[in-house]
Amino acid sequence: MNTSRVVFGNTFLPWLLMLPQLTIIMVFFFWPAGQALIQSVMLEDAFGTSRRFVGLENFHRLLNDPLYLDSFVTTGIFSILVAAGAMIAGLLLALAAQSVMRGRLLYRSLLIWPYAVAPAVAGILWLFLFAPASGILPRPLAALGIDWNHLVDHFDAMVLIVIASVWKQVPYNFLFFLAGIQSIPKSLLEAAAIDGASALRRTLTITLPLLSPTAFFLLVINIVYAFFDTFAIIDATTQGGPGKATDILVYKVYHDGFKALDLGGSAAQSVILMTLVIGLTALQFRLLDRRVHY
Amino acid sequence: MVERAGLRHLLAHAILLMGVCIIGFPLLVAFIASTLSAEQIAGESTLSLSLGSHGLETWKTALFGGQTRYGSTIAPVLPMMITSLISALAIALGKIAISLLSAFAFVYFRFPGRTLCFWLIFITLMLPVEVRILPTYSIVASLGLLDTWTGLTVPLMASATATFLFRQFFMTIPPELVEAARMDGASPMQFFRDVLLPLSRTSIAALFVIQFIYGWNQYLWPLLVTTNESMYPIVTGIRRMIGGGDAANEWNVVMAAALLAMIPPAIVVLTMQRWFVQGLVEREK
Repeated sequence: MNTSRVVFGNTFLPWLLMLPQLTIIMVFFFWPAGQALIQSVMLEDAFGTSRRFVGLENFHRLLNDPLYLDSFVTTGIFSILVAAGAMIAGLLLALAAQSVMRGRLLYRSLLIWPYAVAPAVAGILWLFLFAPASGILPRPLAALGIDWNHLVDHFDAMVLIVIASVWKQVPYNFLFFLAGIQSIPKSLLEAAAIDGASALRRTLTITLPLLSPTAFFLLVINIVYAFFDTFAIIDATTQGGPGKATDILVYKVYHDGFKALDLGGSAAQSVILMTLVIGLTALQFRLLDRRVHY
Repeated sequence: MVERAGLRHLLAHAILLMGVCIIGFPLLVAFIASTLSAEQIAGESTLSLSLGSHGLETWKTALFGGQTRYGSTIAPVLPMMITSLISALAIALGKIAISLLSAFAFVYFRFPGRTLCFWLIFITLMLPVEVRILPTYSIVASLGLLDTWTGLTVPLMASATATFLFRQFFMTIPPELVEAARMDGASPMQFFRDVLLPLSRTSIAALFVIQFIYGWNQYLWPLLVTTNESMYPIVTGIRRMIGGGDAANEWNVVMAAALLAMIPPAIVVLTMQRWFVQGLVEREK
């Protein structure tokens, strides 16, 4: 913040410049966030006709609700699978893209376009591929002895949303890993090559360790993605089902608030999620700091 | 050495080609499905990887709507695309405008409350609208903004990423420039318009790509704030097409609509690839 640069000596103008942004974040961010905080300690009926202060009861109720705790576990499993899958695929493709001489830009174009696809559309594409009756994949799966039906089978439903989410996120990781690899000084790799280290060994002992800050950074980004941005994928494919097999936290906030009309419970969930995001953001910035000093 | 490098290149190409195929597979199947008839898709044994002959008819139904041979009515996608385009442009340009102004204020002015403002914006950095969805919806509803362009776009402009990108960029601009401008008697806004804006062209382009995609791909927010069919963006509209369940869905039309939903943002990413990649990777630094 404290940069010693020449500044304009005007006190009214900067506020005027800040005004549009401040207004928007006040009205559409802090006001709702405050509402969520207030509502989380209130009990309100579904029509909003009466409400009373209940302290931490909503939180207490949530944390003793096996469905909510299950949703935490589901979210945990889901985000680990998505982060691991998308990062490994992204890293592998980036390493491969760095070692080809020709066609790197063409490959890049052909690999990054799913970034532009809406999560809801990504969900629909994979929903169609895996549709039990008319999809193209269940039949070859059946030939392999896998009886695919994500409408009934919990495991299949989880696999479906993981695949759709990974597919959508690979381009992002690919681009970051590629940028990370390209920023590694060539001289290091050349020196190792002169010392007789094989390509595989150079990758394992130089490239991968030097990529670890990028990987940490991407881990946080991928977890945030799996936690929140996958809402549309789930709503387009499984809607949290079958049963509650794919009911991740962000989907439950929506479902409990808009469908079950449990306003206090939904608000308390919002508050818990906001705390989680702020924690993840703080973590990310600490990692970024470390990356700068690396 | 040469031989081994050749082998390595072969392996790398193999991995990349496999990646391209897996990533492209849903696109290929979607396109093929959009050329078949609904009966051909529903009839289990016929979906193979070859093009059908109903493409024109399906795409026409998807774009302009109408009755299908099954008798279900398909809502036209073309007006939805226009809604998407308008809201994506509004979100992208709106975000860029407000962020340019606030970043300008942060970097080139010292004013009381500056640190407070910084933290207020900073907190909004990563909190997606999904997390505080219900209260945000109530507020927009109580302001009477449901089914309006303002309600559809302005709440999505509340984000800090763009401000931070521009702030970062402004801080790399040599201070001599502002000194020179002041010596020439330029007012702050003249400096902003004549020096800062032209220098920020690349950052603006990069941010435009990212925010355009963000706006185009919005799903939950439009789902909640639009009830009027003429205000559906395409991503939300498609979701409403697949309510019928596997067997009842007219997958050929749905797939044509899905392709229509991804073509514009994909074109933006691929044609502005250089700025997009730069903006994406730089943004997080």
